Parts: sequence; structure tokens; C-alpha cells
Amino acid sequence: MTLHRAPWFWAWVAAFAAFLATWSMSAGGGGGAALAVAALTFGSFSVLTGLGQMLVITMGPGNTDLSIPATMTLAGTLSLKLMGGMDGGAVTVLAGLLSALLIGMGVGIANFALIRLLRIPPIIATLSASFLYQSLAIWSNRGLRIKPPPALAEFTTGRDLLGVPNLAWVALAISMGFWVLLNLSGFGRRVSAIGQNARAARLAGVPVARVSAATYVICAMMAALTGFLLACFSGGAALNMGAEFLLMSIAVTVIGGSSIAGGNSNVPGIWAGALFMYLIVSMLNSYGLGAGVRLLSTGVIIIAIVAVASGRKAKP
Amino acid sequence: MVSGDTEAGARAAPVVMLEGASKSFGALKAMDHVDLHVSPGESLGLVGHNGAGKSTLVNLITGLFAPSAGRVSYPGASDHRMAGIRAISQEGTLCPNLTVLENLQVVQRDLNGWGWRRVAARRIRTALDAVFPGHRIRPDMLVADMSLAESQMVEIAIGFAEGPIPARLVVLDEPTSSLDAQVSAQLLAHIRRFCAAGGAAIFISHMLGEVFAVADRIVVMRDGRIIADRPTSGFSRQGLVDAMGHVADDRNQPGPTAQARNLGDTVLRTPEGIEARRGEIVGLAGLAGHGQAEALARFYLSQGSDWRSTARPSAVFVAGDRRRDGVMPVWSIRRNLTLAALETLTRHGLIDRAAETAIGTDWQKRIGIRTPDMGNPILSLSGGNQQKVLFARALATSAPVVVMDDPMRGVDIGTKTEVYDMIRHEAAQGRTFLWYSTEMDEILNCDRVFVFRDGAISAELEGPRITEENILAASFEFGDAA
Repeated sequence: MTLHRAPWFWAWVAAFAAFLATWSMSAGGGGGAALAVAALTFGSFSVLTGLGQMLVITMGPGNTDLSIPATMTLAGTLSLKLMGGMDGGAVTVLAGLLSALLIGMGVGIANFALIRLLRIPPIIATLSASFLYQSLAIWSNRGLRIKPPPALAEFTTGRDLLGVPNLAWVALAISMGFWVLLNLSGFGRRVSAIGQNARAARLAGVPVARVSAATYVICAMMAALTGFLLACFSGGAALNMGAEFLLMSIAVTVIGGSSIAGGNSNVPGIWAGALFMYLIVSMLNSYGLGAGVRLLSTGVIIIAIVAVASGRKAKP
Repeated sequence: MVSGDTEAGARAAPVVMLEGASKSFGALKAMDHVDLHVSPGESLGLVGHNGAGKSTLVNLITGLFAPSAGRVSYPGASDHRMAGIRAISQEGTLCPNLTVLENLQVVQRDLNGWGWRRVAARRIRTALDAVFPGHRIRPDMLVADMSLAESQMVEIAIGFAEGPIPARLVVLDEPTSSLDAQVSAQLLAHIRRFCAAGGAAIFISHMLGEVFAVADRIVVMRDGRIIADRPTSGFSRQGLVDAMGHVADDRNQPGPTAQARNLGDTVLRTPEGIEARRGEIVGLAGLAGHGQAEALARFYLSQGSDWRSTARPSAVFVAGDRRRDGVMPVWSIRRNLTLAALETLTRHGLIDRAAETAIGTDWQKRIGIRTPDMGNPILSLSGGNQQKVLFARALATSAPVVVMDDPMRGVDIGTKTEVYDMIRHEAAQGRTFLWYSTEMDEILNCDRVFVFRDGAISAELEGPRITEENILAASFEFGDAA
């Protein structure tokens, strides 16, 4: 396959173009490095939520997890509360991380149970369940703002290796795991089969319920992990901390070239989508545009990218 | 046709005329040079086995298909709609989310503007009262809330209802399949009244008693041709069944495969009563849509789990409707082929690519998939080769039972022969095949045959008793119409 045929090619072109356009606005050569660091840091959060969302979207039309923001808030709030009562050592960090992941697992199981047992469409099930998770977060938080353990705050904001943000390394490692999962594992093969034709997949012996359950659980655990890291990064959990990641996780999946019709997914595209989404906002900011124009331009640019990408697929 | 004075001639002119009409779908010739006239006042019974061309004939008359050769004309009218041709199909075509009168509006486009509901309600109520006196259907009822029989009654009533163009020829395809005897009798009586008043009807049914009760002329189709077209009085029931089959060419050799092999113990039993022994090829016959596919799907789904996957499944499924039940359109040929055997290819959750390629190459050779590269997209293959991939998908597993849902539908003869050999070879190795087929020559090659009618088994045939005549007799119902 030639490079320009890859589904993520145009997303990367767009990301680089946005980078150059923003860089040209900032004064001096130092601006480029700072911009790259910021894009990688904030992009990492989009990548982490986007990977989970991509897995769910790959299962075909109707499959989308809308509980990502609430799950992030719940996991961030509860894990910081837990760590706040401990001494701040290695055990604290581990306990916090584990509790966040367990919360994610619980949310994933609850989402799937609603979809499967009550036969509620996934979009409705995850959206309505997210009110429940958000309420739990509000109820347990009660306006407290607990600081993360210093070790975690330092790690999430640091750049310990080659000047690249630690968060980007974490996201990169997890992305590689997802790449292996989607491209080399039996699980990934089955997710793709369900996304193309769930009925045919079941008739070919694919355990559809187990694979779907695992997919929703993985997606929720990714959201919980992102919530945990974001809370540590920004010095504490906030009730609206996940808000932008609802559309962001879907946008980076689509911009990255994964098929919204299901069955097709790609990991490199998620990165391109995440960087592009951050850079486009920075670019419009640096042009000094107001919030309204900024949102409008963002929407138009996303539509253009998706249109170019899908038009390219239709030709050959 | 007698051409008397102009007025009488106009009245006697046929509603529809087919002259040398043929219809092919690719290489498949569904209808071959058919000549047929249907005149006002005539009630025509149309019979034939699966694939005889009944549906194609109906679709040509109702204007759904254009003929590939020959002519379909409607004397005195420009097209089927203006000629007043109405079709009532076997499977419900009503919109379940609409009410009865809204469904009438879907087909009668003059129902619009102020007060259309009143007009629609009057038309449908009149039709229902005329066809099914004593019915309890209200025009404002939602189709989704009605029983299967009631929605079938509505569909029939819409076919006979008053409209912008009056009904002159009503085509009824298995209209009584979901009606009870009393309601069916009401319908038959109405068809006779309709024809006596100058209307024409084409009546298709597997209940031969009903055909004899309602038709004054019977047309028998086989292999896309009309092989008999006589007044009803010219047929005996047995003669009708004989006419549908290939009685003349007696090429039904008693299955050589069955006798050469020792069949093992009974390995499966379904609630419907299907039984199969180890190494046996069991056929499910009967008219299409009489519960065979559902019985197979139920059996297959009961053998597997939605939660567990296993390297040794107890059954595998070969789809007939490739697009709906089989092909993964995004994938390569190889990935499509290895899907059912995926569990045997994974080590620690990862797929062994080398083993997968080996399976692909092996089956490409064994079943003859015509492609230069198994990595090509599945959709680059012809239909017959896609079907071979689905066969290979099933046979590449170790499953002892292979369930086949009419897989050779629309497949060329070369591919068929290759696959039959493969099935015989695999059965000799001890695999059991459960084979639903709508093609008689496939059924005649089975060791045992279960004939389905109305969702239940109507006959079990074995060995020399597997003949076309016996299968046809069991597919059609002789019972008298009430």
C-alpha cells in the first residue's frame, strides 16, 4: 500500500499544516518547540479517550460510548479522594491508579448490562448512565478540591525523556498496545467482524456478547485512566473536566480515518486527529479570533477533512 | 381470440399479455419464452416447485421487472398501474409503524388533501367488509398491534379496495399462509365473486385444494417454462403433482453415496424432529419459506454461545444469503476464510499469521478459489467463488456438523459440481451435513430428507423413497379448502 492511500494520511497532512500555520504566527524559533510540547501534552488526553472510543465505534453503527466525560470525572474524583487520605508514597500512586481502573471496569460493565439486558440502544444507554456517574461524582466530591500527590503531579507535567512530555510517552505505549490488539490479536479481528456484520459474525462462531462487553469495558477503563491522569495534571479533579472529551473522542476517531460505518479502525490516525484538533484551536486563537468564529471554523475544517478523506475512498 | 364487434372485443381483451417473455439474471435463466394471456373474469391458479419461475412471472406481470426478451403488454393501458394490476405478496409489505388507512395511502396516491382519512377509511372498511365479513379490524389500528393474520387480511383488502384505478387483475402469492380455514374460505369466495363480476385473479398456493376450489384454469411452471395450461377440470390432483416434477426423465439413481458408507450413530436431534447420523447428508426440502431456514438457525445458535468461543465448535454454518449472513465486506479473502477457525490460530491471544496463510493457501488449492492472491478483497471474487470461501470457512474447522442454508443459490454449475464432490468427500470422513436446499437435484443426492410444510416436518424420506414425486407430494397440501 502506498503511503498516501493510508487512511490516516490526510489527517497527518492536516495536522502538519495546522502546526506550520500556528508556528508562523508565533514569534521566534522557540515557539515551535513550546507549541509541539503543548500539542503533545493535551493531545495525549484526546488520544487516550479516542482509542477507547475507536474500539467501540469499530463495532458498527449505533455503537458509541457517550459516558466518557462522566466516567473521567468519576474516576478522577474518587481516585484523588482515596489518595488524599494516604501518605503520598508509591503505594498511594498504585492504589489511586488501580481504583481508577476498577471504576472504569465497573462503568463498562454497567454500560454493557444496560445495552444487553434492557436492550437500550448504546447511545441512549451510555448517555443516561452518564448522568448517574456524574451524580455519583458530585455526591462524593461535595465541592472539595483535593490536590494530587506531588509525585504524580510532577510526573504528569514533566518531560523526563528527550524533552517529550511523559504523558505523550504513556499515550504512545498504550497506542502501541492498541495497535497490536486491533491488528494482530484474535480479539481485534472479532471486533472488526462484528462491526462489518454482527449477524454473520455470530453465525461464524464469534462470541458477540463477550467481545462487545470487553469493548465497552476497555473504553470505560481508558476514560477512567484519562480522568485519573488529567486530574493529576491539572492539580485536582473538577466536575466539568471531561466535558470536551465527549465530542473530542468521536472527532479524533473520525478525522483519523476510522470508518464510522464500523469494521475499520486505525491507531496512527487517532494521533493525527488529536494533534490536529489541538493545533487548529491554537491556530485560530493565535489569529485572535473570537470564540464564535473559532467554533465555526473548527466545524467547517472538520467537515472538510472528513469530506476529503471519504471522497478519496470512493474513487478507487 | 374471437374478434367480434368492437365493444365485445374490448371487453374480451386480455388484461395482460406475455409474448415470448424471458428473464435472465446473469447466467441464470429464470423465465424462458413464456406466452400467457389473462382475460377479465378469469381465475388462474399458478403452481410449481421452488425455482420454477412463479415469482419471476408475477414480477413481470406486476411490472417490477422488465423482460430480458419478449414482450409484456397491457391492452388498453399504458402500464401495469393504469391496467389496474394489484399484487398481494406473501411476506408482509405493510409498514408496521403506520395505521391501516395510512398503509392504504402508501399505495393509493390520490388520497391526499383535506379529509383523505375519511375517504381512506371508507375504502378500506368497504373492502374488509366485502372480503372478510365479521372481521374486527378498525382503519385506525396500528399494523404493529395486529396479529399476523389480521395484517395479512389488511394486505388482501388493500389489494381489492376501491382506488383511483379500479382493480382488474389481483395477483395473490400464498395469501392464505397465515389465515385460518374459515377466513381462507371467505377469501376464496370473494375471489370467485370478484372474477364473476369481471375481475381477474392469479392465485399461487401450496394448498392444492384451494387452487382447485378457486381456479378455473391452472398453469403449471417448471424450469422457467409453462409446461401445462388447461382448464381446472383437465387436471386430477395426482396429475398436477406429476406435472410439476421431472417424471418423464427418470434419472433418479438411488444415492450411490448412501449405500457405499456405513452411517454412524445419531449425532443430532432437533425439537422439530430432524435427526442425523454421523457421516450422513441430511436434506431439508419443501417450498421455500416453510420454516427450514429458521429450524437450521435455531439449531446452529443452540450449539454455540454468545459468550464463549471454542477451538472445537460442535457445528458450523454455511450461509446462503452471502451478504446478510456470510461475507465480511471489508476483509481480504484469507481473513474471511479463517474467521470460524480463528480460535485454533491464536496463541496467547495473537493470531499466528504463518498458520493463517498456510490455511488460506491450502483451501485455495483444495476448493479452487480463483484468485491470484488470497490477500485480495473478498468482494473482488465472483459470487460462486465467494460462496466457496464461505464453504472453506466452515470446512476449515473441526466441527462434526455442517449446517448449510441453501448455499448454492445462484451459483454456477461448475462450482456446484466441485462443492458436491467436496461435501461427499467430507461426509465419507465422518462429517454430518444438514442441508437446506431449494434445488431438487441437491435434495435427491441426500441420504435422508425431511420435507417441511407450514413450519413443521410433513414427511421423512430415506433411501429409495427419496424421489421428486414424494417430495412434491409432501410439499403441497391436498386437504380440501373449507
